Amino acid sequence: MAIAGLAVAWQIASYFFPNFLFPTVPAIAERFLEIFSSLDTTLDAFATGGRILLGLVGAFVLGSALAALMARSSLFDRYAYPLLSFNQGIPALSWVVIAIIWFKGIEFRIFFIMVMTTLPGFTFQLLDAYRSMSNDLYEMTLSFRPSRYDLMRTLIWPAVLPGILTAWKVNLGNASRVVVVAELVGATGGVGYQLLLQQQVFDMAGAIAWTIVLVIFVLIVQSLITLIETHALSYRAVSER
Amino acid sequence: MKDEAPEIEFDRVTKSFPRTDGSGGSFDAVRDLSFAVRRGELLAILGRTGCGKSTTFNLISGLLRPTSGTVTVKGYDPFAQFEWFRGKIGIVFQNDRLMPWRTAFANVELGLELNKVERDKRAEIVASWLARLGLKDHGGDFPHALSGGMRQRVSIARAFAIKPDILLCDEPFSALDEHTGNVLREEFRGLLSETKATAIFITHSIDEALKLGGRLMVFDRPARIAYETRLSADMTERDRDEVRTQIRRTLATGLTGNAPGDPT
Repeated sequence: MAIAGLAVAWQIASYFFPNFLFPTVPAIAERFLEIFSSLDTTLDAFATGGRILLGLVGAFVLGSALAALMARSSLFDRYAYPLLSFNQGIPALSWVVIAIIWFKGIEFRIFFIMVMTTLPGFTFQLLDAYRSMSNDLYEMTLSFRPSRYDLMRTLIWPAVLPGILTAWKVNLGNASRVVVVAELVGATGGVGYQLLLQQQVFDMAGAIAWTIVLVIFVLIVQSLITLIETHALSYRAVSER
Repeated sequence: MKDEAPEIEFDRVTKSFPRTDGSGGSFDAVRDLSFAVRRGELLAILGRTGCGKSTTFNLISGLLRPTSGTVTVKGYDPFAQFEWFRGKIGIVFQNDRLMPWRTAFANVELGLELNKVERDKRAEIVASWLARLGLKDHGGDFPHALSGGMRQRVSIARAFAIKPDILLCDEPFSALDEHTGNVLREEFRGLLSETKATAIFITHSIDEALKLGGRLMVFDRPARIAYETRLSADMTERDRDEVRTQIRRTLATGLTGNAPGDPT
């Protein structure tokens, strides 16, 4: 309903402003359909989606390892925590410059930027999920003398799962904003590249259509995560979900 | 030889913890504690809050290592030989400590699963324990859907399901209302005499300790035996009143003494 309201407001604005500022809603819809009627532009859309997911997986794996080390060693935690906090303050654009200077391959540059910008979020959220695990449940499970693998399987994994899902939801939003900037490192395809093209030709309808592509991708992945969450956390009372 | 030795033995055990007030010192939660528990015996430990009951409990379960002295359970060190005790010690905690992501059935199944009992056998054991504790129709319920009493029943079933030789109970009924507590206590006594497990029952309630029967120890602070007696089934109400008075006096003043005609 809110989105329909926004579309109506936009359409009304298009009657009062020039087309290059406020293109009509049908013009935007036409450009949107054009994207998926050509294989090249469809691949551009999927390339961006793939880069987001790959970057998030990389940051998740690295963040999990860092969080596990920080949880196990207070010495490591003392060194890693300030570094990650420092990293959180670095803008995505700075990572773009650093990636261009350091690396040659375009895809690796994008991957590096995605990982570096979402790594602190994943690490802190996973560490927090681990640390907020119930000590009572830990002692109870330990009283049965489980192996390390069984402790992980029966206690730690289910206990941190809600935190992992939240981390994915939060970082997905961040990643979708960063990927557009990351694709400015010389990518010859992707939503960021296409947005740059639309800017060069002053095509507002195209710019909005490509933005919508990215938003739809994020919404689809968010829905998938919510679906997993609903299934995996079905044990919770409805009010707690 | 191991059968003749005490099932649980504390020999001059002291457990100290560092102070958390920044003074750099330490304090003794348990000091120079010695006692033995025979196989199949029920020992109730009574004491005021902070007297080291739970520390004693954790020393027996192997979750803590003594600062000095030795703790032996079935002739082994429960801390150093932690894994040897897999399937031998069952614990019922003060709060139910159920895993919220597991159904009542799966919670009871936990210990059996960790002891690598086959799936079919597990299902059979769990179903029988749920039925015995009146939870037959609640196996598929998650903990949030169960009442406090039902949850504690599940945790009792979880401890008994592994058929432990030793059962440790840390004020398991203190969070329940009086009626539910009484019902569960009776069930618990019945299960104990049926399984012949050695049991240590920690409580801060004099009445609960007297209802349980068996042997009773009152702890001073830091954990030392201030009073000890054995409650027999043929004790008169008057004898019990005397024990009750003695316990109250001990808890209030830290005096030591023995029950009428029945020291151990």
